Amino acid sequence: MNILTSSLKEIRDAVRNRSVSARAVTEAYFGQIEKWNGKLNAYITLNERAVDQAAEIDRRLAKNEDPGALAGVPIAIKDMLCTKGLRTTAGSRILENFIPPFSATVVERLERAGSINPGKTNQDEFAMGSSSETSAFGIGRNPWNLDYVPGGSSGGSAAAVAAGMASASIGTDTGGSIRQPASFCGVVGIKPTYGRVSRYGIVAFASSLDQAGPMTRTVEDAALVLEAISGHDKLDGTTASNPVPKWSEQIRHDLKGIKVGLPKEYFSDTLQDEIRDSVDRAIASVKSAGAEIVEISLPLTEMAVPIYYLIATSEASSNLARYDGVRYGHRADFSRHAAEDLAEFYSRTRGEGFGPEVKRRIILGTYALSSGYYDAYYKKACQVRRLLRDQFQQAFQQCQLIMSPVTASPAFKIGARISDPLQMYLNDIYTTSANLVGIPGMSVPAGFTNDGLPIGVQLLADHFQEQHLFNAGAVIEKDLALKELPNVLQ
Amino acid sequence: MISEKEVTRVAHLARLSLTEDEAKALALQLSSVLKNFDQVSKVDTQGVEPLVTPTEIEQFWRNDAAEVWESVESAMQNAPEAVGNLFKVPPVVG
Repeated sequence: MNILTSSLKEIRDAVRNRSVSARAVTEAYFGQIEKWNGKLNAYITLNERAVDQAAEIDRRLAKNEDPGALAGVPIAIKDMLCTKGLRTTAGSRILENFIPPFSATVVERLERAGSINPGKTNQDEFAMGSSSETSAFGIGRNPWNLDYVPGGSSGGSAAAVAAGMASASIGTDTGGSIRQPASFCGVVGIKPTYGRVSRYGIVAFASSLDQAGPMTRTVEDAALVLEAISGHDKLDGTTASNPVPKWSEQIRHDLKGIKVGLPKEYFSDTLQDEIRDSVDRAIASVKSAGAEIVEISLPLTEMAVPIYYLIATSEASSNLARYDGVRYGHRADFSRHAAEDLAEFYSRTRGEGFGPEVKRRIILGTYALSSGYYDAYYKKACQVRRLLRDQFQQAFQQCQLIMSPVTASPAFKIGARISDPLQMYLNDIYTTSANLVGIPGMSVPAGFTNDGLPIGVQLLADHFQEQHLFNAGAVIEKDLALKELPNVLQ
Repeated sequence: MISEKEVTRVAHLARLSLTEDEAKALALQLSSVLKNFDQVSKVDTQGVEPLVTPTEIEQFWRNDAAEVWESVESAMQNAPEAVGNLFKVPPVVG
């Protein structure tokens, strides 16, 4: 068994039946991290207590205590999630020295399930970006080709899993930030239904869109991790009280009676051939498992990116108002030039602490919410959001699943898009709708580009219907799972 | 279109200091972004209630009871400056 390439479930089972110790697993992963993190920059901060946590799992096993459903499995945590006593930066200079006094509910639930946190993964600053290039702690790189971006914003989480630096990871997804890097790095990523997973202790970007979810090597692993982190939390009033199914035990490889919708608006002539081919492979796969393909229509598709960015930046401009340099976070140095008023105290602190993409979005969001523009931008976007939701509701009358590309083009070279924000934003066309509408979405690997970079396909299901994603994802995985490993694992 | 002057005005609303170069670049970039986003005006939304959260949110009730939470020190440890249990800020005029 190669610990660095095994599935989470295999590792968990090996730890539980004591054919390998949790400590040995953790040390193996730290070996790989030591070897490659300098190049990939997948982690911002490593957890020095990880080996002790693993030893504790081994002690519990020795005493025949139940070590939990994810016993001894190294699951990396995106730096958006607060980890008690372990620095949490959100990829921003403004939180460079922030040590949370509490953990996010997701982190607590993972710990309770016995998983080990190797460290905090790199990301775009405040999850604002699609390439992990806006991190204040250095750009992240794609383990399949170091000249390419790993995607974003959860680029470090995706790269860590692909490169054998974590068995699984947690990402956050506000407009595609789990699914897009999963696609670029050849791993499975799921954004759950809004309300499935608690947002407590997760640095807020856009509260009506944010969800955390697993990034894993297999579809079954994603189900196992999601089972551990889902469910109502009294500390997040938007979590749903719906029961959390045992998805991993109910995965069916038979899609008879399932209709898979292909939105005609998603397959325009401009779609790159390599992407189109990857979707075609996945279509053939689900058809051979008995699914029926139907054409559907989502006429408001072209509005998804504009309304997403208007809403996400509006919410962000409000959420990020808390970084004022008073209670925590960076504060500008006023010892030589005192601030003339309170506004200057805040402005200088924030001007120093935030990077360019975050500033861009705060300005855009503040503008969209400001007097005179609110009706034309924020309110209008929320009205179109309702119409978009209605269109998805109608679509799910005709099918149980929607299949699409994850992005219009595969992973791009570092530096290729960073100076053109509009181009960067428009690449989110297929992923933003799921957040706006609140439905679950998954990216599952479906082959490679001619240049050897992975491509994923996206599956979407109706609210709380994650089981459909796991079933179809498992079918596609059976046929199309990547047979090769990135060089960093060879 | 959004002018450099407008960017500076909005930056003040957001309490965000920008250099002249930053304001200039943002005016250009956001003008092209907004030009694209203005297509939302084409959608007929007369009488449509804005959707501000994607799923039905249930109301949960809990007892209004105090809970002990950690130590005051752990809440203060991230303060840029503190005196005892008080956050310290530099004196400002106005």
